[in-house]
Amino acid sequence: MRVKLPLTDEIINTLKTGDEVFLTGTLYSARDQAHQRLSALLKEGEKLPVDLRGETVFYMGPAPTPDGKIIGSCGPTTAYRMDPFAPELLDYGLKGMIGKGNRSQEVTDAVIRNKAIYFYAYGGCGALYAGKIKKNELVAFEDLGPEAIYKLEVEDFPVVVAIDSKGENIYDED
Amino acid sequence: MKNIIESTEIYQAIKKGIKETGVKLPADVKRALKNAIEVETGPAEKVLRHISLNLETAEKENMPMCQDTGMVVVFVEMGNQVEIKDAFIDDVINNAVKDAYEEAFFRKSVVADPLNGRKNTGTNLPAVIHHEMTKGSDLKISLMLKGFGSENCSRIAMLKPTAGRDEVISTIAEIVTSAGGSPCPPSILGIGIGGTMDYAAKLSKKALLRELDDSHPDPYYAQLESDIYSEVNKLGIGGGGLGGAITTLGVKVEKYATHIAGLPVAVSVNCWADRKAIVEFKGELK
Repeated sequence: MRVKLPLTDEIINTLKTGDEVFLTGTLYSARDQAHQRLSALLKEGEKLPVDLRGETVFYMGPAPTPDGKIIGSCGPTTAYRMDPFAPELLDYGLKGMIGKGNRSQEVTDAVIRNKAIYFYAYGGCGALYAGKIKKNELVAFEDLGPEAIYKLEVEDFPVVVAIDSKGENIYDED
Repeated sequence: MKNIIESTEIYQAIKKGIKETGVKLPADVKRALKNAIEVETGPAEKVLRHISLNLETAEKENMPMCQDTGMVVVFVEMGNQVEIKDAFIDDVINNAVKDAYEEAFFRKSVVADPLNGRKNTGTNLPAVIHHEMTKGSDLKISLMLKGFGSENCSRIAMLKPTAGRDEVISTIAEIVTSAGGSPCPPSILGIGIGGTMDYAAKLSKKALLRELDDSHPDPYYAQLESDIYSEVNKLGIGGGGLGGAITTLGVKVEKYATHIAGLPVAVSVNCWADRKAIVEFKGELK
């Protein structure tokens, strides 16, 4: 199904683990270093450089942008490395996360608590995802290079619901 | 007879190999993925179809198939009769890596210090280079672009010498199980058995450079490869970890003598984006 970003509580309620979803709207990229910095800012009670409340974060650090292209190869990175930081971001107001691989119980608990959602993006498919990005703008932590936060306008960006707002997990064995 | 090789020949061949394999998978891996699509149904099939579409897009757009273009791991097998004209082999390799990554818009993913500062070198250097001296006049350079989503799932187990074959297989299955969907399955498993802890790990990387379609020349180990393959594909992890019949595309074992007190087993996990290249300069052709 096609889903517009930012996510609303109504939409999150209808999405179930295993659903194939095509996202259109704004995403923010953030991976290891950006998460560490965002977490430090939240702990100090500082304002974040990007208002992520209600937004969706894509765990991704792109390859350099070739001439004439919007972005370089840009698939998901492994999500568990963001597990130490994800619960506080969800409690702060982040609604969606996109990555690959399973999450910790703490993240699942925070997803349920905050009516949030975790999407699986097709791992390794960087060239495919580059074609789904229509605009790419650096918005924070420029010094981090590929690990900076980019604001991305995406169109029909394919993902699968991996942990829904009830905590159902696609990686759990039946 | 001495085989004198121009450094530019080596540089060009390595650079070309890196630029190509970051965009286009080797034929053996493509074949294995194609076979996997035939077998899978359900969510894993969807994952494999996206992988296939991604590979087409990467080739069409001439861009890396995955944004993690890896750290370069190189094995140099150099005959004692080989001379590289006016150059040091590691410099030639590192220059080729640096220029390939810049020219092909590959991501530079290497930090200078693992702990202190973690500052990106901006060149994807250094590569990890293993040297093996051989007899003769051949030079063989094998390399892979090693992604770290999968590398983080690589493990080593120091088993008891009496552990035996079944425990080796179950240990590998446990490593793959705990990796789950993180390494971008269907994965490729390089297994190093024997030697010392470090040597087993090195063998596990070397095993990843073998053709997926080949099997070990020693029938005992050929059977072991086949049994590990079957066991791992019973785990049900499947493409992307979403559940399916093909968790691994190939299992390659390399072995070495070891100590009476030990049985090291190293597992290098690679993602489906099994990017590798081999360049050879045969002495007798000169």
